[in-house]
Amino acid sequence: MQLAELRGNSQYADRAFRALAIGAAGLVLVILGMIAVVMTRRAWPALGGSFFTSIRWSPADGIFGALPFVWGTLYTAAIALLLAVPVSLGVALFITQVAPPWLKRPMVYLVDLLAVIPSVVFGLWGVLVLSQHAGLGRSFLTAGIILAIMITPIITSLAREVIETTPASEKEAALALGATRWEMISASVLPHSKGGLVGAVMLGLGRAMGETIAAALVIGSALGQVTLNPFASGNSMPAVIANEWGEADASHKAALIALAVTLFVITITVNLIATTIVQRSMKRSRGV
Amino acid sequence: MTVPDRHPLAEAAPNLLAGGTQRGVRAAPDLRARASWRTVKNRLMLGLMGAAVAVIAIPLIAVLWAVVQRGASVAFHDFPAFFTETIPLVSRRAGPGMGPAIIGTLMVTSAATAIAVPLGILGAVFLHEYGGTSAFARLVRFMATVMTGVPSVVMGLFVYLIWTMTPSLGLFGPSRPHGYSAFGGALALSFLMLPVVIGSTEQMLRLVPPQLREAAYALGTTKSRTILTVVLPAALPGIVSGALLAVARAAGETAPLLFAVGAASAYNLDLFHEANTALSVQIFANANSSFVAAQDRAWAAALTLVGLTFIVTLVARTFTARLALKR
Repeated sequence: MQLAELRGNSQYADRAFRALAIGAAGLVLVILGMIAVVMTRRAWPALGGSFFTSIRWSPADGIFGALPFVWGTLYTAAIALLLAVPVSLGVALFITQVAPPWLKRPMVYLVDLLAVIPSVVFGLWGVLVLSQHAGLGRSFLTAGIILAIMITPIITSLAREVIETTPASEKEAALALGATRWEMISASVLPHSKGGLVGAVMLGLGRAMGETIAAALVIGSALGQVTLNPFASGNSMPAVIANEWGEADASHKAALIALAVTLFVITITVNLIATTIVQRSMKRSRGV
Repeated sequence: MTVPDRHPLAEAAPNLLAGGTQRGVRAAPDLRARASWRTVKNRLMLGLMGAAVAVIAIPLIAVLWAVVQRGASVAFHDFPAFFTETIPLVSRRAGPGMGPAIIGTLMVTSAATAIAVPLGILGAVFLHEYGGTSAFARLVRFMATVMTGVPSVVMGLFVYLIWTMTPSLGLFGPSRPHGYSAFGGALALSFLMLPVVIGSTEQMLRLVPPQLREAAYALGTTKSRTILTVVLPAALPGIVSGALLAVARAAGETAPLLFAVGAASAYNLDLFHEANTALSVQIFANANSSFVAAQDRAWAAALTLVGLTFIVTLVARTFTARLALKR
């Protein structure tokens, strides 16, 4: 029997299946491309002029200056990173280097549990508990704290993956030289995983900037604030979009879409760089 | 192993590092004599790591406690009224319920799962079984990782533009914009889930031993058959577990639904027409309210949503545990 005969009609099924798989994979590129094209086209009229330089946002007068929202996004994300990075690294190091084996699983679950709680629930807790009973009010700081809680599991699990690529031989070498556990970490583990950790932190930054609902609830929705005061109320790009979309007219909607495009470009850029860094460092540590 | 320039041991115990290259034999350094600061520092840093674990446990416990404490009395008062009654139109009025939102969340999430999971698995099959390290596969793999970082609010607006505001093709009557519907929300959620499912599925395919594939090929099985009858079943528990985790994440999403689903307060079982609602959207709307009755409903809805996501996560864990057991 010929091989071709054995395969019979199934070779068409084979090709069809392959085409289907290629199509599904290509969908990722199609969606990303369409987001960029469709949204930029809609936002184009609003993007010109003083969109990025003016601090005045007055939809009733058709004036749209996005600077305070860009500032609010960057500032709250910075606060979130400041709080989340030390904690995440501490937890990741504790799980991988310090915790006894029986404790690892429960601790990974603990971190994952934090990731499963929906962001709107964190927002609800932030607005009705944290901002009222901790005396923080609705402010940049409150938003930063909530965002920090939300990005901690992401940074922790990525950091854990990166740290675990450290070869056992390097750690054992340090320990054999008489290093304490911490000296082993600072001499072998941290230098080895530095690149990957930077990438993990950047991915956390991307998440913090894009987080919408929690920020929309606790940031205070104040207009025109470009200030370093963490206790001031402010606004961030995603929060403005979520809060104002309901009652927006056509030109207001175009401005909100322009905000979304800006957010998309910033987060995608941060993610591109972060993904490149993480993949490069993972590849290097695997290659060695 | 090469010793780094500024090895901490160089300061702490120079004799130990230099000993190997020095001529002659030196007396062995007494590490204990010098170790005091080093052990203190060691304990300090390890203590800080332990403290970090405590720090992340605090918000977790605080949030869960608040949700249970404030939500349970409302959710289970007059059971099952809260889970079946429609949403009050006047938000300051006390009383149940969240029935339409629960059904809405289930509809939107299952429709999103039905779209994203098969496509995600197919995409992962391409990446691992066909693409390998080709340029196209590498690009898709990279872009899928990048896509997981697209803010959900951007996805929501995108779907609003390409679906909600876009006229239908007019095959079944006059051409009108699709308008608000549960399906629009499902579309947005499925775009968010797609790269997550691709990523987790590809990881699971990597764990399938190549010998299984080779054995199938040796029997003359075509590639597509091998994948469908050998590779995918072998990886199934892991794929299901990854997909369920993506579902749990998606069920809690709010931003994408704000733009595409609209706001309804009555049951709407039609997936494709008319506004619908969801638990997350209701929590968002009621959390912003200054009326205690509305806030109560938000807490009870939060309890319901957290309960739903935890159940899905737990089921996912069971699949993971089964996978671990097999190995």
